Amino acid sequence: MEHDKAPKVSFPDGRPECEQPKWRRDFPIEVEADEYGARRDFTKFMVLTSLAFVCGQFWIALHTFFRGYKPGEQRIAKVDDIAVGEAMSFHYPTDRDPCLLIRKSEDDFVAYSSQCTHLMCPVQPDLENDRLHCPCHRGFFDVATGRPTAGPPRRPLPRIELRIAKGNIYATNIEVSAS
Amino acid sequence: MPVPDTKYFFIDPNRCIGCESCVQACSECDTHKGHSMIHLEYVNRRESPQTLPVVCMHCDSPTCAEVCPADAIKRTEDGVVQTARKPRCIACNNCVLACPFGVPKMDTHMELMMKCDMCYDRTSEGKRPMCATVCPSQALFFGTREQIADLRPRSRPINEFKFGEQTIHTKVRMMVPREATVNHLDVTDGMFDSGDDPQADDMMAATLYELPIIS
Repeated sequence: MEHDKAPKVSFPDGRPECEQPKWRRDFPIEVEADEYGARRDFTKFMVLTSLAFVCGQFWIALHTFFRGYKPGEQRIAKVDDIAVGEAMSFHYPTDRDPCLLIRKSEDDFVAYSSQCTHLMCPVQPDLENDRLHCPCHRGFFDVATGRPTAGPPRRPLPRIELRIAKGNIYATNIEVSAS
Repeated sequence: MPVPDTKYFFIDPNRCIGCESCVQACSECDTHKGHSMIHLEYVNRRESPQTLPVVCMHCDSPTCAEVCPADAIKRTEDGVVQTARKPRCIACNNCVLACPFGVPKMDTHMELMMKCDMCYDRTSEGKRPMCATVCPSQALFFGTREQIADLRPRSRPINEFKFGEQTIHTKVRMMVPREATVNHLDVTDGMFDSGDDPQADDMMAATLYELPIIS
């Protein structure tokens, strides 16, 4: 009378699992078949995910601090190409980085990256009012410093350092200043 | 780590002397401190001092788990039916009423069903359950089949129980005299009490009139 076979899963009516009603498969008796999320598991998941985010932030920060990237010098234009009180666009350091060159007076040139620091819309020069205007969300930047004066942007536009030699204008470096 | 396949729990009610060592040992365990998961039942208290230790029989199709509406009772791959999961148990008493062996206990203060899980913290590490380690007459024995065959040559283990239409195979073995015929209890008998039964079944009467009081 000792019954030795211990079936893996058995049911009161003795029929196999495929013939059982659906609720039996939804609520299995075997531990392995049961999906059980404990509070501790959830907490572990939260902590590890947050940790991953933190590590990612640190990684980004390290990249930002130790960026040994120095763009090369590049000729933008001749001095005569741009009139006083006008602006022209150029690309520096690569073709994917649009910039604005502005001639404020006879020998006062400034250049900024024309990607708005809010959401990277192209910034339009508005030199009558001594400002740069981002049309996407009405952001304004001061021409003299590149600092934001109104609207959503909070960081100044990256400034392109210029060198003028023999009637040519060269871009030499990008100066990204923190707010 | 599962309980070893070769080891079984054998209950030999003939050898039980009612000393309550198992109850004491069980209630000292830290996983359910102060609550004994083993019951020491009197077979027929009016006629005899014979007692019977009742641990969970760990059925292959556990009725307690079948009737649990909260999906709280689970069985591990080695066939040990665990006690109710605390976050799920809703203290509805279904398992207490459904178990044919009367194993689960409801603790109304904690709103939690608790039952024997064969000391899973010990047996899954290869140790014996606490009650089997303290039983002085070895009415509770945990070991291999060969060991019990050597120790009890006049008994044999059974693990098939019939309750009316339901046949249950259990992981825990009950020792019966080798030559004895096993009578199965027809639970529907209690519904038709003729009143002039010449051979009244004491166990049946106890089942019907001495329902265990759960504190």
